[in-house]
Amino acid sequence: MHMPTTTGLDSRKMAIWTFIGSECLFFASLISTYMVYRGKSLTGPYPHDSWVNPANGETVKGILNIPLTSFSTFVLLMSSFAVVLALYGAQRGKRGMLIGWLSATMVGGAIFLGGQVYEFNHFVHEGLTLHTNLFGSTFFTLTGFHGGHVTVGLIWLGTVLVTAIRGKLPPEKALNLEIAALYWHFVDVIWIIIFTLIYLIK
Amino acid sequence: MATTVLDHAETHAHAKTGLWSWITTVDHKRIGILYGATAFLFFLIGGLEALLLRIQLGSPNNTFLSADTYNQLFTMHGTTMIFLAVMPISAMYFNFMIPLQIGARDVAFPRLNAFSYWVFLFGGLFLNISFLFHAAPNAGWFGYANLTTRPYSPGPNVDFWVIGLQTLGIASLAAAVNFFVTIINLRGPGMKLMRMPMFVWMSFITQILLLLAFPVITVALIMLMFDRVFHTMFFTVAGGGDPQLWQHLFWIFGHPEVYILILPAFGIVSEILPVFSRKPLFGYAAMVFSGAFIAFLGFGVWAHHMFATGMGPIADSFFAISTMLIAVPTGVKIFNWIGTIWGGSIQLKTPMYFALAFIAMFIMGGLSGVMHASPPADLQQTDTYFVVAHFHYVLFGGSIFALTAGAYYWFPKMFGKMLSESLGKVHFWLMLIGFNLTFMPMHFVGLNGMPRRVYTYPAGLGFELLNRLETIGAFILAVAMLVFVYNIWKSLRSPVPAPADPWNGATLEWAIPSPPQEFNFAEIPTVHSRDPLWEAKRARGGPLPEPALVSGKGIHMPNPSFWPLVTAIGVITTLTGFLVGFPYVNLVGAAILLTGIFSWAFEPAG
Repeated sequence: MHMPTTTGLDSRKMAIWTFIGSECLFFASLISTYMVYRGKSLTGPYPHDSWVNPANGETVKGILNIPLTSFSTFVLLMSSFAVVLALYGAQRGKRGMLIGWLSATMVGGAIFLGGQVYEFNHFVHEGLTLHTNLFGSTFFTLTGFHGGHVTVGLIWLGTVLVTAIRGKLPPEKALNLEIAALYWHFVDVIWIIIFTLIYLIK
Repeated sequence: MATTVLDHAETHAHAKTGLWSWITTVDHKRIGILYGATAFLFFLIGGLEALLLRIQLGSPNNTFLSADTYNQLFTMHGTTMIFLAVMPISAMYFNFMIPLQIGARDVAFPRLNAFSYWVFLFGGLFLNISFLFHAAPNAGWFGYANLTTRPYSPGPNVDFWVIGLQTLGIASLAAAVNFFVTIINLRGPGMKLMRMPMFVWMSFITQILLLLAFPVITVALIMLMFDRVFHTMFFTVAGGGDPQLWQHLFWIFGHPEVYILILPAFGIVSEILPVFSRKPLFGYAAMVFSGAFIAFLGFGVWAHHMFATGMGPIADSFFAISTMLIAVPTGVKIFNWIGTIWGGSIQLKTPMYFALAFIAMFIMGGLSGVMHASPPADLQQTDTYFVVAHFHYVLFGGSIFALTAGAYYWFPKMFGKMLSESLGKVHFWLMLIGFNLTFMPMHFVGLNGMPRRVYTYPAGLGFELLNRLETIGAFILAVAMLVFVYNIWKSLRSPVPAPADPWNGATLEWAIPSPPQEFNFAEIPTVHSRDPLWEAKRARGGPLPEPALVSGKGIHMPNPSFWPLVTAIGVITTLTGFLVGFPYVNLVGAAILLTGIFSWAFEPAG
């Protein structure tokens, strides 16, 4: 089914790069909105600064849990490394390597998502929701859409993993994994930016 | 490959017909026709909306329309003409012509192409269904926050707008990825980038604009929807939100959007002028780079839509200068078009009439555009009919005239029938006169202070006569459209087939039968120059023989599929859930969506 192309590159690979280029503007708009509204919240809880709740007089510290998110960030980045090894296995017909590292990738992604679910849940208990303040609106929207992308990536990689386990991912079809992996790397790179801007810069 | 000549009956026996074949089609030519037919219907609806607006404004203190209905109609007129008429009519030409002009058998992703069409159709229907509930979008096509937030727009009107536009954005983005890859990757042998027809070049630049501009409106619409549905504070002043953020995001999308509307038109005119002047396009490279430069600058001018918000002298100066700068590459294009005609052997056929009128009308719209670029002048003109006059001269006088030129030019290729030349000229003169009668007086009432978007005006301000003329002009335009519809109807019923190359064309689409066979080219042509067909005719010393219909045996074409339609139903259902039945309808939609995607991914593409 693969017609020879003008550039010699497979069209699907070019399509995923094109899509990623478009996605950059998607996240750029969300991230810019976060940055424009940084520090503009009229009420707490705040990401880094502590805040006294006028309703009960309790002091709420900066709500972000940096060590926890640093850990899940590290795991997500390692999953990018794992998918490279899985692709190496796929391209060379090393089935064990493909299935093992692809599973590891998915575990990493799942841990990251689990961390995000825990974090969101914790924030809601601390009194931060989508409509508490500008931080809540921008934070949940930006990281939520990133989490949505991670979820799509997990479903995609999971589908590839099932085809690999059923023995339907021979080396000549390694591109099926490669384009999913490109998307996965993109989602990771975006997270590095988000993590730096939200968590690391006070 | 096997290419035996067939007799007529045998070819017809192979043609796939019936409703199901259209529902499952992945053929770029059929999808192009679907785009064209759907968009033309929406264009007529948008035109009817405009007629109602003009009846209301035909006399002072008129009560033909209520203020609320007027708001719905002008919002839907703008939204329809931009997203449901001009963009998808351009998409019809992308679909039908890009593969033919670059020597390809189809687009890179035929099923994704079908998906784009279905999502576009559902988005358009979704927007228009709102009329049945007397709840059509009523906050302008630009949807300024915080007018569009829940406290100020409590009804479902703006929800229809947000969800409809979001849906159309998905269609545009999917199509943009498809055509971007198609143009880069499916060019036939010898079709180097700098040999591509100018229409393909301008379409290519348009795809880049779509890819980079639409994600921004997607995010803006998400935030507006979240404000309305989940009570976030993006545009809520009470929570510290800034409505001006909407304007920035909207126009970062919105200004590139106007080049999305005009660049395909530039491409069409750049195809027609050389053919009917019997001269190659003048300044090909300059045309390519000026188009690219317009697109690049198009991302740095958005705030000229916002001079009235008081951004301060530095921002005003920056955006004034960058806006004026765009006149330079645009001027390069206009001089190159004139250079193309200059000294040519001009054939005054209907497509040429429309293309020439395009140049004149677009120059007028461009000149008033440069006037807006100056902030002090703009502060006088903004929100008046002067602006309405300006953008109708560029979008109607520009885009619509060029798209109509393209219709007369390519109709024989698409349907195998010629449009009538005499009816075409009646259409042309009615449209030119009606257009100028409608929009020229708007310059004057605008400068005299008549505000836009207001449903009526008092007597005695000197607006009566000019508004009456505008309304008469709008009815002349309506008659022009009826002539066009009659022309199409008549020629489709005509028994006389169109030749493969009625205009002595220069590009590859004229080398194959009209209409083309499913596989386009029996053998993929090799290209040696920018005007491959003219070169072939020169080498032969005369016109080429009529290409024969051939058997497509051995030519591998993609299988039909209905999963794109299922996936599109999933998309619109998921998004509809934000208007009714959240979150259950969304979940049902997501289930349909996933079913569609997985079935699509695992069915044999052929």
